[in-house]
Amino acid sequence: MSAAALEARGLTLVYGSGETAVRALDGVDFQANAGEIQALMGPSGSGKTTLLMILGCLLHPTAGEVRVEGQLVAGLPNPALARLRLQRMGFIFQSYNLFPALTAAENVQVALELKGHDLGEAPALLELVGLGGRLHNFPRQLSGGEKQRVAIARALAGAPPILLADEPTAALDSINGRAVVKLLAQLAHEQRRAVVVVTHDPRVGDLADRIVHIEDGRIQC
Amino acid sequence: MMRGQAYRWGMGMAGLLAWRNLAHDRSRFVVTLVGISFAVVLIAMQIGLFLGFTDSATNVIRHTRADFWIVPKGSRNFEITMPLSERELYLARSVPGVAHAEALLVQFAIWKKPGGGDESVLLVGADLNTGLAGPWNIVAGHLEDLRRPDTVMIDRLFAETLGVSALGTTVEIRDQRARVVGFTQGIRSFTTNPWVFASYRTAQHLTQFAESETNYVIGTFEPGADPVRVQDALARILPRTDVDLSEQFAARTRDYWMFTTGAGASVLVSAVLGLLVGMVIVAQVLYATTVDHLPEFGTLRAMGAPRAFVYKVILSQAVISATLGHLPGIAASLLLAKASESGAALVLIPPSLAVGLFGVTLIMCVFASIISIRKAMDIDPAMVFQR
Ligand SMILES: Nc1ncnc2c1ncn2[C@@H]1O[C@H](COP(=O)(O)OP(=O)(O)OP(=O)(O)O)[C@@H](O)[C@H]1O
Ligand SMILES: [Mg+2]
Repeated sequence: MSAAALEARGLTLVYGSGETAVRALDGVDFQANAGEIQALMGPSGSGKTTLLMILGCLLHPTAGEVRVEGQLVAGLPNPALARLRLQRMGFIFQSYNLFPALTAAENVQVALELKGHDLGEAPALLELVGLGGRLHNFPRQLSGGEKQRVAIARALAGAPPILLADEPTAALDSINGRAVVKLLAQLAHEQRRAVVVVTHDPRVGDLADRIVHIEDGRIQC
Repeated sequence: MMRGQAYRWGMGMAGLLAWRNLAHDRSRFVVTLVGISFAVVLIAMQIGLFLGFTDSATNVIRHTRADFWIVPKGSRNFEITMPLSERELYLARSVPGVAHAEALLVQFAIWKKPGGGDESVLLVGADLNTGLAGPWNIVAGHLEDLRRPDTVMIDRLFAETLGVSALGTTVEIRDQRARVVGFTQGIRSFTTNPWVFASYRTAQHLTQFAESETNYVIGTFEPGADPVRVQDALARILPRTDVDLSEQFAARTRDYWMFTTGAGASVLVSAVLGLLVGMVIVAQVLYATTVDHLPEFGTLRAMGAPRAFVYKVILSQAVISATLGHLPGIAASLLLAKASESGAALVLIPPSLAVGLFGVTLIMCVFASIISIRKAMDIDPAMVFQR
């Protein structure tokens, strides 16, 4: 059997030190597989974002290990980690983080160029998220849900096997929120990507294949 | 698909992002460009003044068609002269390889304006028969007119200063009457004392210079003679003089006025100040632009963009600003230089300076973007999740 898209063991993360130290994660095991969408849920401050950042190779755990498609990431130098994120992962953020001065198509093209793909793929990617008609609109001309879909199209550039989303629906109303999560679920199932979605919203959780609860930095069974 | 100018210039998405980020805040972009243009004008005018001064300091020497100059030993420039004995002229003529040698008179003199008032002028008396020295760029009157006794030519630039409104005006030089028979155009003087051109005989008469003395001996070499050899031979036979090739005497005069007197240094210091002011303006605005777009740089880093991409965005901002700021700056400078042609101080902006200044602007903008690059690289890509 091939390796899981993402696999983490015994993750512990302590922010700061001494009196002010915060143990954000405490011995977390986690796995994400191709073709599956998982919801990571838990109260505020429970460590969801922290876990996602470690899985996304943006934060080194205090203890424990992360494997991306079987490869141990500990000890990789920063440029190699950046390359791993660029080529194997797509990120979706709560506040979209689009480039405001670029159009929808150009936002996607930045990612395409970075990943060494043909810029001509942008319209098809936007088509895929239902924005085929908004190629030349700037973010300020798009609704929240549309912006998040541009962000998803950008994350899909270069067809990374792993998608990591931190509260992608938090700024959206429930209809748009559900639409975005449905889109992510569809991408997981139809394109066999491993999708991890952090969310507070139980209605979003319903659409996931699996829900992982986290509380005080520990996975709840 | 229309991807904007920056993309077509071959700067890729980094260039496009840079261009759009700049254009996004229009008023600030205009301020940037005005700042850069201003710096370019400042630098161009100072260097142009330097070149103009240099030109004025040596124009009479450079327009003299002599191969060599025999000058009193220790002379430091063309204007402040010492006497040379007529004997040196005869000795020079006897040196093999010398085709021709003649005397040149250069003397300060007091010029009495027709309407009253004095002006200190530099009188140049040259042998009109050979055409080696004397006025050029004559725009009114004829060189032949100077052959008549006690006639002089002045430059249009100084006509007003000298109280001359038309040809034929009679003035007094060292209390001798002289008549203005011609005007030249654009012959400036570094010392600001107007040049007054006359025949050798007239100059001798007006200054009452002893027949046995002169100021310079200038001449030409035989065709095919080795200039350095003849120069050495002249120096040997004329131990109380310095023998310069034409360009050496020009350099001697230029170095004296530009560097020994500090006049050149002060202009160059202003040019460097212009550069620093420009750099500070550009650094300030590029930094503000970068700070405004910091979250985007964080997003790029989180996505896994290599450092080089971030450098490219910020350097593209610098290059775009430099290019668009240089053009109006240099255009304004060229206009000012054109206008200076009829003014007291000449500003010279040759094409090489205009192009060279683009290089300077580019370097200035790139240097100014270094702190922006550091700022952008300092951000933690994880911050994009923590908002
Ligand atoms: N940079 C940091 N320095 C110190 N403590 C931090 C830092 N980031 C997070 N923490 C702490 O770590 C714990 C987990 O934070 P994290 O952001 O992972 O929670 P979360 O589950 O994403 O919360 P939310 O739902 O509010 O986004 C919290 O107690 C938080 O205060
Ligand atoms: Mg969070």
